[in-house]
Amino acid sequence: MSMPMVTVLRYQCRQWHKLCILCRQLQNYENVTNKRAQIIRSFSNLDLNSRRDQLPEWQGVIGLEIHAQIQSVSKLFSGAATNYNASTNTQVAYFDAALPGTLPVLNKKCVEAGIKTALALNCDINMMSLFDRKHYFYADMPAGYQITQYRKPLAINGQMPYVFLCTKTDYMERRSAKIFQIQLEQDSGKSLHDAKAGLSLIDLNRAGIGLMEIVTAPNFTCGDDAASFVRDLRDILVTIGACDGRMAEGSLRVDANISVNRLGEPMGTRTEVKNLNSLRNIRLAVDYEINRQIQLLESGGVVENETRSFDVEDGETLLMREKEKVLDYRFMPEPNLPPLIIHKDLSTSTSDSNVVVIELVKSQMKELPEEKRKRLEEKYKMELKNAVILVRANLSELFEKLVDVHGCNPVTTSALLRYCYVTLLDNLKLGDTAHMASPLREAALLEIAHIFGRGEISLHSAFVLMETLVAQPDQSCIDIIEEKGLWIVTDESVIMSIIEEVCTRNRHAVKAFKKGKKNQFEILRNKVVKKLEGKSSIELVNQLLNAKLKE
Amino acid sequence: MKSITLKEALIQLKKGVMTVKEICHACQQRLEKTRKLNIFISETQSEDLLRQIQSSEQAYVKGTAKALEGIPLAFKDNFCTQGVHTTCASKMLFNYVPPYDATMVTKCKEAGGIIVGKTNMDEFAMGSGSLDSCFGPVINPWNLTVPTSNSTETASSSEISANEVSPDWYIAGGSSGGSAAAVAAGTCLAAFGSDTGGSTRNPASHCGVVGLKPTYGLLSRHGLIPLVNSMDVPGIVTKTVEDSAIMLNVVAGHDIMDSTSVSSTHSPFHISRDLDLSKLHIGLPKEFQRLEMSEDVLLLWKKTADILEKAGAKVSEVSMPHAQYCILCYHVLCCCEVASNFARYDGIEYGLRYGSEMSTEELYAESRHKGFNNVVRGRILAGNYFLLKKNYNKYFIKAQKVRRLISNDFKSVFSSGVDLLLTPTTLSDSPLHSWFTQEDNRTRCEEQDIFTTPANMAGVPAISLPLGLSKQGLPISLQISGPHFSESLMLSLAHWLESQAQFSHLNLEFLDQAAISSNIVQ
Repeated sequence: MSMPMVTVLRYQCRQWHKLCILCRQLQNYENVTNKRAQIIRSFSNLDLNSRRDQLPEWQGVIGLEIHAQIQSVSKLFSGAATNYNASTNTQVAYFDAALPGTLPVLNKKCVEAGIKTALALNCDINMMSLFDRKHYFYADMPAGYQITQYRKPLAINGQMPYVFLCTKTDYMERRSAKIFQIQLEQDSGKSLHDAKAGLSLIDLNRAGIGLMEIVTAPNFTCGDDAASFVRDLRDILVTIGACDGRMAEGSLRVDANISVNRLGEPMGTRTEVKNLNSLRNIRLAVDYEINRQIQLLESGGVVENETRSFDVEDGETLLMREKEKVLDYRFMPEPNLPPLIIHKDLSTSTSDSNVVVIELVKSQMKELPEEKRKRLEEKYKMELKNAVILVRANLSELFEKLVDVHGCNPVTTSALLRYCYVTLLDNLKLGDTAHMASPLREAALLEIAHIFGRGEISLHSAFVLMETLVAQPDQSCIDIIEEKGLWIVTDESVIMSIIEEVCTRNRHAVKAFKKGKKNQFEILRNKVVKKLEGKSSIELVNQLLNAKLKE
Repeated sequence: MKSITLKEALIQLKKGVMTVKEICHACQQRLEKTRKLNIFISETQSEDLLRQIQSSEQAYVKGTAKALEGIPLAFKDNFCTQGVHTTCASKMLFNYVPPYDATMVTKCKEAGGIIVGKTNMDEFAMGSGSLDSCFGPVINPWNLTVPTSNSTETASSSEISANEVSPDWYIAGGSSGGSAAAVAAGTCLAAFGSDTGGSTRNPASHCGVVGLKPTYGLLSRHGLIPLVNSMDVPGIVTKTVEDSAIMLNVVAGHDIMDSTSVSSTHSPFHISRDLDLSKLHIGLPKEFQRLEMSEDVLLLWKKTADILEKAGAKVSEVSMPHAQYCILCYHVLCCCEVASNFARYDGIEYGLRYGSEMSTEELYAESRHKGFNNVVRGRILAGNYFLLKKNYNKYFIKAQKVRRLISNDFKSVFSSGVDLLLTPTTLSDSPLHSWFTQEDNRTRCEEQDIFTTPANMAGVPAISLPLGLSKQGLPISLQISGPHFSESLMLSLAHWLESQAQFSHLNLEFLDQAAISSNIVQ
């Protein structure tokens, strides 16, 4: 009996050393992500369909494990604060440093965030869930184990609709992913390695922050698919206030399990790519890994069940840990926490204010992005793409108010908001957080919506008008339009004369178009629009230019 | 000054017959006179003591005295004390000074108690002899009055110490040997131990004092450095059952820092003076009649059962068929939790750091190797083995199932109409050091904790009280246990037995005489 026991400890030590190396890699990796404009080989161009001629039947299969930091003023099991920018080791309770004798006290807010997420992802909530200890030695995990939910997680069996976006074609469609489970667990601290000084320093600010681990079924097919899901998941978590969604700060981290197989055949051996911390990295890493596995298999190789990391600089996934080195986590029930009991409604709960009641959590839930999108599509016949953009930019309420209360035209209003207002907000660099603080007064927006709705100014002019109003908020719309001459150009003779002029100056393009190069039309049209300073309707220009080119 | 009980002291203090200073001084005298027994790991500085004594005296003057105002107390060195070393008698924590007080400590301080020191113990509470401490063993205070059989000289001098090869001496029991010895020797009026498998009751039994293990969850474990979280409870050591009740009422109750502490209020617990024994049904588990049991213990058990029966109680033999598996099951569960709980001692955040700073691997290995004794390392290794994925069902799950069966044994006995169980606490009176050390720590634990671990498995309360002396003149004790939260009834019966037995406590007054005479000489 003694032999295997000895092995256990030595084995832990070896693992520890490996983890140190990994840590250094991760640190490096973080530094690199912060550098801008690294030249990365783009794997977004990877197109599985184009391979169909030679080997038609490869498909990628991806499942995700998402670690979302729970947005809460205090940690999962201690009262320490969770400020991201605080200086090192200032957000640490005695429990977080694993001082002997300290005990975990479950944070109700974290459980509520988990329940909100479970509801948003249509999961079955376990009315009783359990906490377990997962053991491994890691200098930034002071207790030597992580408290997680291994045997019975908070929620299981979910389903999440999301909008797939192909980054290459901008094609969008609605898809759905199965959620295996949501579990609550502790985050670890951070190791900071100073290679020159040969020092490793530990920051425990992050240690013990509440995490939700969300595990999906292997439902995704490519990098775009996985990234689209994570993007929508992030929007949901931010909407319900469960997570701030800041991937760059590590609030949302993704591990991807990736395999490939030929259509109709069972799933292949999977690899795990760890710690993807941006949507772009998810896309690139997944596509790289699919490509790598296909090439490996096609050249007669075998995919090993291993853990890999993504090198942002080179755009490659690298081997971190082989299969035979997989840790035995020696799971054990957490003896210091009683089972977590969730109550359906107030009738089953006691008078204890510490219990979590699903009905109460439900009543605090905000409307989910998908519900908003669905309504925009169904009630206002909006295109999916427009609905996605308006909801993501937090403009759906504004849109509905303009249409429902003020009687604006839904078609023109959605175009106005989507093309002009979203761009304006982006330009003003208001970012994700400040959309609510509108740079334009609602009355002004309403006036522009009406003017544009009546076709009195072009989309481009509407944008100019908005920009001007931001700078000079006291001016009236009409004054600006008059002053800047933004009224729409409807005089066909004016437009025709410009078309004539453009065609004369671009005889080659005209010739090419007539020989069948249809893309020349857009070039010519844009030149006309530019000459008209964007003051005409695109439809009218198209119509007149078409007529001219048919001559 | 004659050594007094906690209750007597409180009465005298309130009446103004005695002062806090007098009581504390008497205890300090004893502490100094018995220092060779190695009871304390650290002692409170005299200036701090003086300050506390003064503030308690003022409280009596002002009439603001609280429940334990001015009472000298001791804590086992596995209770965290803010700003005071807390070592668990291990090299691993030799330099550890907690930044916070355990809830038991806080409650005692808030009640006006004066902590005189931290008591010696088996390293990390693993043991039943208080021999495996990095500060050396605890010597049973009864050695001062009871000569060992193979000793040529009478041990009635205070010359005895562990460093002397001969004469042989009686052990204090463990792992809270320091706390039991501290109360028995009169260095304090009550002490806290911890009880995971009998660690409070066992030394209490050997030192002739009362050891109470309350219902699991009744006392907060916050700040008690854990051995086995699912079984650990703070234990209370006092001279009398009444003192035990006083202490229990001060510290019982919910603690927001311990999620396993009970939320409902059960206290205060009352000792019923007019206990109607005719309404009591006492069970004697037949599985506890072990061949290894000494004649003295068996006799005391039978005699006490007879006394109860004569006084009108219904006494009957009951069966707890799974009790025999208790020790092995305890061992597996203990090792598993130890493997897990002790993963935090890595030399990074606190405690001993030893070995190369260039390799974390070596740092871990060296620190843990140097920091822990063989007993601790053995349990860590075994626990990690039991928890391996391939072994988990075979050991941990199976042990948990057995634990449930043992717990069900208690339930079925109590639901069959039995109110309380009466058993021995230990197999014999205090063993000799020479005999005890013939076997290793694990073997001795398996043997010595045989009557005490079942209560920890089931989480039920149990109390050990001295009821007689063995042929050699050493204390022997019996244990009463009852259903969860039956402390009031359990204490009431214990009190009744105590008054019947009229156990004569260890009398060390000759030490005080020596002190006085030496003072006179000066």
